[in-house]
Amino acid sequence: MMSVGALAGLSLGSISCSQVEVEDFLQKHFREMSAEEKKQVIKRLEAKYLKKYGKKFNISTQEPEAGILWGYGLDIARCIGCRKCVYGCVNENNQSRKNPQLQWIRVVRQKKGSMINLENAEHYYNPETVPEPGYQYTPVQCQHCENPPCVRVCPVKATWKEPDGIVVVDYNWCIGCRYCIAACPYKGRVFNWAEPNIPVAELNTEVHYLGNRPRMKNVVEKCTFCIQRVRQGRYPACVEACPTGTRKFGNLLDPTSEIRYLIENKRTLRLKEDLNTESKFYYFFSA
Amino acid sequence: MEAWIFFKRTVNMVFFGTRAYYLWCAFLLTIIGVGVTFYLKQLEGGLIITNMRDQVSWGLYIGNFTYLVGVAAAAVLLVIPSYIYHFNPIKEIVVLGELLAASAIIMALMFVLADLGRPDRFWHIIPFIGILSFPNSLLAWDVVVLNGYLILNTIVPIYILVKTYFGKEPNKKFVIPLVLLSIPWAVGIHTVTAFLYNGLAARPFWNASILAPRFLASAFCSGPAMAMIIFQILRKTAGMKIKNQALFKIAELMAYAMFINLFLLGAEIFKEYYSGTVHLAPMEYLIQGLHGHHTLVPWIWSAFFLNITAFVIFLVPKTRENLVTLNIGSLFIIVGVWIEKGLGLIVPGFIPDPLGEIYDYLPNIAEISISLGIWAFGLLIFTLFMRIAVPIQRGDFSHSKFHKDAVQPQYDRIKP
Repeated sequence: MMSVGALAGLSLGSISCSQVEVEDFLQKHFREMSAEEKKQVIKRLEAKYLKKYGKKFNISTQEPEAGILWGYGLDIARCIGCRKCVYGCVNENNQSRKNPQLQWIRVVRQKKGSMINLENAEHYYNPETVPEPGYQYTPVQCQHCENPPCVRVCPVKATWKEPDGIVVVDYNWCIGCRYCIAACPYKGRVFNWAEPNIPVAELNTEVHYLGNRPRMKNVVEKCTFCIQRVRQGRYPACVEACPTGTRKFGNLLDPTSEIRYLIENKRTLRLKEDLNTESKFYYFFSA
Repeated sequence: MEAWIFFKRTVNMVFFGTRAYYLWCAFLLTIIGVGVTFYLKQLEGGLIITNMRDQVSWGLYIGNFTYLVGVAAAAVLLVIPSYIYHFNPIKEIVVLGELLAASAIIMALMFVLADLGRPDRFWHIIPFIGILSFPNSLLAWDVVVLNGYLILNTIVPIYILVKTYFGKEPNKKFVIPLVLLSIPWAVGIHTVTAFLYNGLAARPFWNASILAPRFLASAFCSGPAMAMIIFQILRKTAGMKIKNQALFKIAELMAYAMFINLFLLGAEIFKEYYSGTVHLAPMEYLIQGLHGHHTLVPWIWSAFFLNITAFVIFLVPKTRENLVTLNIGSLFIIVGVWIEKGLGLIVPGFIPDPLGEIYDYLPNIAEISISLGIWAFGLLIFTLFMRIAVPIQRGDFSHSKFHKDAVQPQYDRIKP
């Protein structure tokens, strides 16, 4: 008996083990929890956030609706490279602001005449005003592939594709091996190299368990098409933040949706289509 | 009871040794201590204390991991030439090779653990307790084959040693199938590790089918190079009886392996440069520098120089059969392959990143200290293994002598 106790003590490390810590440590994979267990976890998590940030969080575990497969449209011709989407996303989704500075959307600047070869893309352009003559801009984020390489490589199934097509991460199950980062052809994933830094005043407290709830150090995170918003019938934050109407969003299974109209009536392309990832992120040209 | 006495005597044995033995262990323990200090910092602050970032998300740890899997694979593969060419003492070579493999695997697994952001969630990856994504994830495959290999390579030598200790012949019906099994398994661990990178379409530098053969070829160089040095050290300090002829034969085989390694590398370089597609960029970054970024260029050219020089040394009979040049060649290979397969293979896979960004990565002091700590730990384990294995095999440490020299094991018999 004593050796069992000693073993448990060892495996939990030298940290003093409160009940919450033990429960955190033993927490199951999200998809293996019963409804009751989910409730318990949410309760514990809300208490934890309240203690940590002094704010009441509302953590949703809203499930996907049947008959929905989310798709995204991005009008290359309209994008002016202002990065309003980037910061709209950061504020909505509680990304770490500095050390590390994490962003789920990356806008790259390319000379006109080039689009597929990203090798000469400029990531850190910083002019007085945008757009700049002679350049075009391509925002890239998680493309929510139907055939996602990141999901395939995860050794513990901590990331998966939801029935509505959103690729999500269980931040409490991720072991931080970063194999998914190596596997993603779109740089769709970033890593919390340290405890995230978010000014408490800027925290968004309306969150989803699989989406924008505050993360912990050494886990991976990514765009979720704003799962907390879209499952409640709202647009992703980047769509709302864009001042030029570049960004479109909708249900690929609904023949009357805007995204379906775009795919059927405009010329579209998907990044790195040759890798057979079947991304659900369509770039198109309105003019 | 017998087993308990054996265990107690083994522990006693480990704590007795020559002055050099104590100094060596103290030296390793110091390095381990420094490594542990930095690792605690990494646990506390997160992986941000390393130089890895989203652009280059694997670095020195995973490079070392890859290299050590190769060493582990090749250490066992030494068994084949030993049988073919009747290197004596064959049983000693098997035991030594497998213990070297076991130590290398332990180091490799520790490097994965050091790279893991959440070691506290390690149990998630344990089959049946957590969720191991088998067979989809190649990392899951690696977990399975590496641990299997570790078990295999500890069972066989321990069995042989215990039998020898009790003055009995090991049962060949038990040992030989396991030794034979460990040979394809050795190829397997290295192939799976190569496939880990190979399967990623997002990284054109790794996504070349030549990668797994290249891995094996380079392992056949670095593993025997390490064994060669260890054989000589044990011959000097512990009286292991291995003839020069055996060493020269191994060196000759290494020359062939290095030829294949260089040939495959050349084939890869040709394909990338002649076709000159956008996928040339990582290779260009490695060999020439890309858009003014030259961080890895001096490294890879040193590796080329070391590997080609070693190839020539091992090819020419005169330098191959001279212990001084032989050892220089072995050291060159150990370092050359380490660069080629460590930083030279892992880092360019990430540069430029999928959206064309270049982030110059070199490990920082924390990563270097933790890595050295793991190397020291592996060497310490291997030293302790040898502390037990060599006297048993020499016949100095055995059950029949138990009553005679219980008080003071003959640890200080040095003469070959």
